[in-house]
Amino acid sequence: MKAVEVESVGDFEVAKISTRLDKMSKQKSSYPSGFNKDYLFDITLTIMASIVVLLVGAILVSLAIYSIPVFKSEGISFLFHDVWNPIANQFGAMPFLVGTLLTSFLALLFSLPFSMAIALFLGEYFSSGKIALFFQNTTSLLAGIPSVIYGFWGLFVLVPLVRKLEIKFGVLPYGVGVLTASLILTIMIIPYAASVGREVISLVPQDLKEGAYALGATRWEVIKNVIFPYARSGIFAGILLSLGRAIGETMAVTMVIGNNNQFPHSLFAPANTMASVIANEFTEATSNIYLSALIAIALLLFIVTTIINIIGRYIIKKLSI
Amino acid sequence: MNVQYQDNSNIRFLYNKIMKYFIFLFTFASIIPLILILAYLIKQGISSINWQFLTQLPKPIGEQGGGVLNAIIGTIILIVLSTIISVPIGIKAGIYLSEVKTGKLAYLLRLSTDILQGIPSIVLGVIAYLWLVKPMKAFSALSGSVALAIMMLPMIIASTEETLKLVPYSLKEASLALGVPYYRTILKVILPAGMSGILTGILLGIARIAGETAPLLFTAFGSPYLNFNPLHPMNALPLVVFNYASSPYPNWWRQAWGASFLLTMMVLALNLAAKTGASRWKVKF
Repeated sequence: MKAVEVESVGDFEVAKISTRLDKMSKQKSSYPSGFNKDYLFDITLTIMASIVVLLVGAILVSLAIYSIPVFKSEGISFLFHDVWNPIANQFGAMPFLVGTLLTSFLALLFSLPFSMAIALFLGEYFSSGKIALFFQNTTSLLAGIPSVIYGFWGLFVLVPLVRKLEIKFGVLPYGVGVLTASLILTIMIIPYAASVGREVISLVPQDLKEGAYALGATRWEVIKNVIFPYARSGIFAGILLSLGRAIGETMAVTMVIGNNNQFPHSLFAPANTMASVIANEFTEATSNIYLSALIAIALLLFIVTTIINIIGRYIIKKLSI
Repeated sequence: MNVQYQDNSNIRFLYNKIMKYFIFLFTFASIIPLILILAYLIKQGISSINWQFLTQLPKPIGEQGGGVLNAIIGTIILIVLSTIISVPIGIKAGIYLSEVKTGKLAYLLRLSTDILQGIPSIVLGVIAYLWLVKPMKAFSALSGSVALAIMMLPMIIASTEETLKLVPYSLKEASLALGVPYYRTILKVILPAGMSGILTGILLGIARIAGETAPLLFTAFGSPYLNFNPLHPMNALPLVVFNYASSPYPNWWRQAWGASFLLTMMVLALNLAAKTGASRWKVKF
C-alpha cells in the first residue's frame, strides 16, 4: 500500500500534512481528522484481504486434519484399493477415482466438437450481429440452469433413452450409469468450454489473419493454420477448466450415475464419482473412520480441481496480457 | 521457364465449404438439448404451478395437494443470509485488489480468489459441515448460508476489482486534490462510480448460488415445516427438487417440476436483471 501512496498519490501526502498542520493549529477542533481513519481503512482492507486468503488455507487444513484417521488406518493404499465396504470398515477410493475420470473425460471428448464449433462460430464466423447475440444468450441460459434440474431432466428423459439403447446392445438395462452421467455432463460443460474458447479465439490478432487471407488462404485454412496454432495454449486451458468443472460437478451426476460402489467395468455399468459418493453417503456416515474416508475424498477432489484450475487460469492470464 | 503447378483451388474451396457447414451443424446441434430441456421444463412446470403450490406447506405422502411455501421462504432466507455474509468481505477484498496491485498479500488474494472460484460446491458443503454443523451438533440454515457465501465470494471480489479498475484515475486525483481524505475518496467517490458493476456482480453471485443443491445437502438439510430460525434445518427449492425427484411418487415429481420451474425462472430473472442493470446503471466515462 505504501509504495502506491508515495508514488501515485503524491498530492495526498500534501493533504495529509496540511491536515496535520491544521490539527496542530486548532487543537480540539471538530475538524475531521483524515489521518487516523485512513489508517483504520487500510487496516480494515488488509484484514478482509487476509480473511479470504486464510479461508482457503483453513479449508485445506481442516480437510487434511479430518482425513488423517483414514490414512492412518489404510495408509496410502486408500487411493488404490478397489473395495469400498463401510460395514466391514474397508475403504478404497479407486472405484470413485475411476468413475470420476471416466465420466469427465468422456464428457470432455463428447463436448469437444460441439464447444469448438460454437467457439469458432461465435469467434470467427459470426462475431457480431443478431445470430451471435442469440447464440450467446442461449449458451448463457444453458449455463444458468441449476445442475439439479439437469439431473432431474436426465432422470426422466435421458435415462429411458439410454435404457432403450442398452436393450438394443443386449446389456443389463439399468438406464443409469457412466454413459448417462457423461452425456449429462457433456450438455453441462458445452457452454462453459465454448465461452472460454470464444474468448481465446477472439484474442488472435487481426493482422495475422489478414496476412493469411492476403496470401489467398480460405477461411478454413486460416482457422487451421493461424487461429488454432495461435490459440492452442488457450484452447488447452479452456479444456482444462471444463475438465475441472466436470470433475467437481455433483448433483446431476449423483442423480443419473446409479450410485454403485463397485469398480465400473463397462460404460453402461452404474458407478459412483468422488463427488456423488460424498453427496450420497455423507449423512449416513456413522463411524468416525467412515466420515474421515469421505472427507479424504473431498480433500482429493479439492486438490485435483485446484491444480487444474490454477494451471488453466495461469495460461489464460498469460495469453490475455 | 515452364512451371507446372496444380490448380487445386476447387478442392480447397470445397473443403472450406464443407468445414463451414460442419461447424454450423455442430453449433445448431448443441442448441437442441437446451430447447429440449426448456420445453420439457415449461411443459411439466407450468401445469403444476398454482396458488396452492405457492402458498401451502408440503402434505404427507398420499394426500393430494400441498405446496412448497417453506422452500420458497427458505431459499430467500438462505440467499439473504449468504449475501449479508459475503458482500462486506467481498467488496473490501475487491477494493484491496484494485488499490494494491502488487505485493505478497495481493498476489495471495488473487490466487485465493481463483482457487475459491474452482472449488466444487460439494466440498464447500463438507467444510460448512465440519465448521458449523459438527460443533453445533445440528443441521442449520446458517451453515448452509456460510457454504453459499464462500461460493459467492470470488464473484463479488472479481467484479469489484474489475469495475473499480475502470474508474478513471483523474476522479481520484480530483477528490484528493480537494483535500478529501483517502478513505472518503474511496468510499464516497470511487465506490459509487463503480456501483453498477458491483451490483451486477452481486446479482450474478446470487444467481449462481440460488440453484445450488450440493452445499445444502448436509448443512441446511431440508425440513417439511415452515421455519424462520437460521439455527434450525431449513428447506430450499433445490433441495425440494432433489428429494422429490428421487422419490417414487408421481405426485411429488409434479411438485419437483413446479419447483424446478420456479427456480429456473428465478435464476433467469436474476441473470436478466444483472445484464440490463449493467447497461442501464453504468456510469460512462
